[in-house]
Amino acid sequence: MKKHQVMVEMKKITKSFSGNLANDKVDFIARCGEVHALLGENGAGKSTLMSALTGLYRPDSGEIRLRDKTIELKSPRDAIEHGIGMVHQHFKLVKPFTVTENIALGASTTPFLLNMDKVEAEIVSLAEKYGMKVDPRAKVWQLSVGEQQRVEIIKMLYRGAEILILDEPTAVLTPQEVDDLFETLGQMANAGCAVIFITHKFKEVMAGSDTITVLRNGQNVATVKTSETDQNKLAHLMVGREMTAKPLEKKGQPGEVVLKLDEVEAFNDKGMLALQSISTEIRAGEILGIAGVAGNGQRELAEIVTGLRETSAGKIIILGEDYTDRSPKEYISAGVAHVPEDRLGTGLVPNLNAVDNILLKNYRNHRGHFLDLKESRKLAEKMVEDFQIKLSSIDDPIKLMSGGNLQKMLLAREFHSEPKLIVTVYPVRGLDIGATRAVRQLLLEQREQGAAILLISEDLDELMELADKIAVMYEGEIMDILPPTYDNLETIGLLMAGSKCEEVGV
Amino acid sequence: MSNKQAELTSGKLTLAWEKRQLPSPWLSVAIPIFSVFMALFLSGAFLAATGFNPLEIYGAMLDGAFGSAYGISETLVKAIPLALAGLGVALAFRMLLWNIGAEGQFYMGAFAASWVALTFPDLPTQIMLPAMFLAGALAGGLWALIPAIPRAVLGVNETITTLMLNYVAILWVDYLVYGPWRDPAGFNFPLTAPFSAAAQLPVYGTTRVHFGLIFALVGAVIIYIVLQRTKWGYEIRVIGENQAAARYAGMSITKNIMLVMFLSGGFAGLAGMSEVSGITHRLQHGISSGYGYTAIIVAWLSKLNPFMIIVVAFLLGGLLVGGYNTQTMGVPSATVSMIQGAILFFLLGGELLTRYRIYFTRKGENS
Repeated sequence: MKKHQVMVEMKKITKSFSGNLANDKVDFIARCGEVHALLGENGAGKSTLMSALTGLYRPDSGEIRLRDKTIELKSPRDAIEHGIGMVHQHFKLVKPFTVTENIALGASTTPFLLNMDKVEAEIVSLAEKYGMKVDPRAKVWQLSVGEQQRVEIIKMLYRGAEILILDEPTAVLTPQEVDDLFETLGQMANAGCAVIFITHKFKEVMAGSDTITVLRNGQNVATVKTSETDQNKLAHLMVGREMTAKPLEKKGQPGEVVLKLDEVEAFNDKGMLALQSISTEIRAGEILGIAGVAGNGQRELAEIVTGLRETSAGKIIILGEDYTDRSPKEYISAGVAHVPEDRLGTGLVPNLNAVDNILLKNYRNHRGHFLDLKESRKLAEKMVEDFQIKLSSIDDPIKLMSGGNLQKMLLAREFHSEPKLIVTVYPVRGLDIGATRAVRQLLLEQREQGAAILLISEDLDELMELADKIAVMYEGEIMDILPPTYDNLETIGLLMAGSKCEEVGV
Repeated sequence: MSNKQAELTSGKLTLAWEKRQLPSPWLSVAIPIFSVFMALFLSGAFLAATGFNPLEIYGAMLDGAFGSAYGISETLVKAIPLALAGLGVALAFRMLLWNIGAEGQFYMGAFAASWVALTFPDLPTQIMLPAMFLAGALAGGLWALIPAIPRAVLGVNETITTLMLNYVAILWVDYLVYGPWRDPAGFNFPLTAPFSAAAQLPVYGTTRVHFGLIFALVGAVIIYIVLQRTKWGYEIRVIGENQAAARYAGMSITKNIMLVMFLSGGFAGLAGMSEVSGITHRLQHGISSGYGYTAIIVAWLSKLNPFMIIVVAFLLGGLLVGGYNTQTMGVPSATVSMIQGAILFFLLGGELLTRYRIYFTRKGENS
C-alpha cells in the first residue's frame, strides 16, 4: 500500500463499562508508513480503544474500517486474520519453548506437521529486515525482557500483521533498548506497516512517532504531527490544564544506618544466582535508588530485605539487629514496609474490599482473636479521605479501582505504621501524571520523617528527582553507586547494560 | 438496497463473548433457577423417551421429598450428613485445597465414634455422646491431616491423595464389619452389634431427624463467624484469594493448610459420627451412600457460603428422598443420579453466563 494512505479508521467508537464511559465517540486514523503514538493518562481510554481494534472488546457503537471496508472483530484471532496484531505489556509467551516454537504456536499458517526449519528461516529474514537481533533457537526464559519483546513483535509480523499495536512498549527497556525499538518501528513503517504505540511519556512520543493522538477522559482531544508540536503543548492537551512543574523538595539530613547488607547472595526461582555479594547501607532519611533493567536482581533484592526470599550467603542487618532469613512477619514487626512490584498480585487482594485490604498488615495488632471491624472501617475511611483515594465504595472489591488509586491505598496502608524502612519497587508504574506526582511526594514525606527508603525504579528521571544516591544493578551485582546528577546519566545507562566502570572511563 | 448491504445481512450468524467486570447480580439468581429448569427439561425428555410421564415423575419426587411431614423429616435426615460434610469441604475449598476426601473422613469419623460406643458400652449418655463427638471429629480431622502434611510441606497434590485415602477408609471399615467387629447375632450381615442406648443421638419426636441437625446449624454459624470476624478467618480468606499477598503479609500458609484441612476433615468425621449415632446405631458396610462426594456438589453449588450450604443440602436431600419415592413407580435409581448430574452440569455451565456476556454477531456485519 502507498505511504500515508489510510490503513485503518475508527469512527465514533463508544464503549462503556458498568456505566463509565471509557471511549466516547473516538475517531482515530492510522496510516501506512507511519508511527502513531497514542498518548494519554491512565484511564484516558487508550487501552480500551486498542482493545476494540484487536477484537478484545466489542465497541457499544461506532465503526471500524480497514482499507475502506467495514469490519467487525470478534476476537484477537479475528484481528490478526485482518492483519492487526498487538504486543501486550505482559508478554504472552511460553517460557520453556524456543523462540521459533513460540512464533509457530497458534499461527494460522502453521501446518499440522511442523517444519521448524522453514519457520526459523522466515524468522531470521523478518528479524534482519527490521534490524532486530534474536536467536530463534534460544528458549524464551533465557531471554532478556527486551529480547522477549522482539519475539512478540516478530510473532505478530510472522502472522502477517500490517498494523502493529504496542502497549507501553518502553516500560521495561533500557534507554539504549528504547532507541533500538524506535529504530525498528521506524523501519516497519517504512516498509508500509501502520505502527501504533500506547504511552504516557512525552519524551518517547517526541522521539519515536510521526503522528500523535491524545486521548483525555475517553475522548480524542487532538491528532497532531509530531514535528508540529512540543512536550508542553502535549502535556497541556493530555492533562487539560497547565502543568505545575514545581520540582519536589528534598528536606532533612540522613541519620543512623537503618538497613545494612553485607555480602548478600540469593538464588532466584529458577535456582540461579540472582544476587551476588551485595553490600550497601541506607540511613534514616535517605533514599537509595536502584537503577537497572528489569530482571537483573531487583525483585530478589526487594524480596530478601522483606523476608520473602532466603539468602544463600551474607547478612541483613536492620537497626543493628541481624534479620538474615527471618520470616516476613518479623520484618513487618521490625517496621519494614513493602510496596511490591505487582500491586494487585502481591500487595493487595483484588476480590476483597478496601477495608479488608487495609487490614492486611495490621490485623495482628487487633486485641484477642476477633477483628475490630468498626475500627478497621474507620481507618479505611480515614485513609480514603487523607490520601484522596477515589472508589465507588469501601465495600466493593478493590479490583474495580484504577491503578493510581490502588497504589495510593497501598501506600496509605504501608505508611500508616510509620515504617523505619520502606522497600518500594516501581512505585509509579502505570500511573498517570497526577498519581505519579502524589506518590513521589508521599515518598519524600516519608524520607523527611526519617524513613530509610530503597527505591527500585525503571525511570532514571525519577531516580534523579528522588534518590540521594543511585546504585546500578546488572546481573545481580551492584556495578557502582553514583550521586544522582544528570552528568552521570550516560554512565548509568552503560552500567545498566553491563559495562564496568573502567571500560566506561569513570 | 445496494448489493453491498445485501451481502452484509446474509453474513453467517455466529456467537461471540466478552468478560463482564463483575458478575451481574440479578443474573446470578436467575441463571441457577433457569439452569435447574433446563436440567429438568433435559431429564424430562429422557424420561419421556423411556416411557414415563416426566411431570408425573417430578410431581412424585416433589411430593415424596417435601409433600408430607414424613417426607420433610426424611429429607432432613439426608441433609444432615450432606450439610456437615459440605461445610467441611467448603472450608477447604476456601483455601483452594481440593479436599475430595470427605467420604473417607466420614468413614473414619463413623469408625472412631463406633469404637467409643462399642468399647465402652456402659458409659452414661452425657459422657458417651461427647466422647463419640470428639472421637469422630478427631478421626476425620487426622485422616485429612495425612494428605495435608505432604501438601503443606512439599506441595504434593491433595486432590489425588485425599481421593485415594477414601478407598483406604472404606476398606478399613469393611474389614472391621466383615471381620473382627461383626455382630455374632447379625446373621452374617456386615454390621457391628447395635450401640447401647446411651450412644444414640436424641431424635425429634417420632421422626429420624436427630441431633446432628443442631451440629450442622451451629457449625454453619461458627464457620461464618470465624471467617468473617476473626483474625484467623481473615487469614483463610486472604490465603484463599491470593497466596502471594498472604505471604507478603507474613501469614503462615503451611500452618493454615494443615489447620484448615484438619477442620475440614473434622466436619466430615462429625457427619460420620452423627450418622452411626443418630441413624444406624451401629457401624455397617456402606454407611455413607456417597455423602462425601455429594458434599462436594453441595459446597460448590452454595458458592462456599455456610448458610447456603444448609439450604442446598436440604434441596439435594430432597432430590435423594424424592428419588426413592419414584422407584416405587418403576423408575430406576440411576435416573435420580442422572437428574442430579444434569442439574450440576447445567448449573456449572450456566455460571459461565454470569461471568461472560454472550452475544450474536453476523460475520462482516456493521453493528
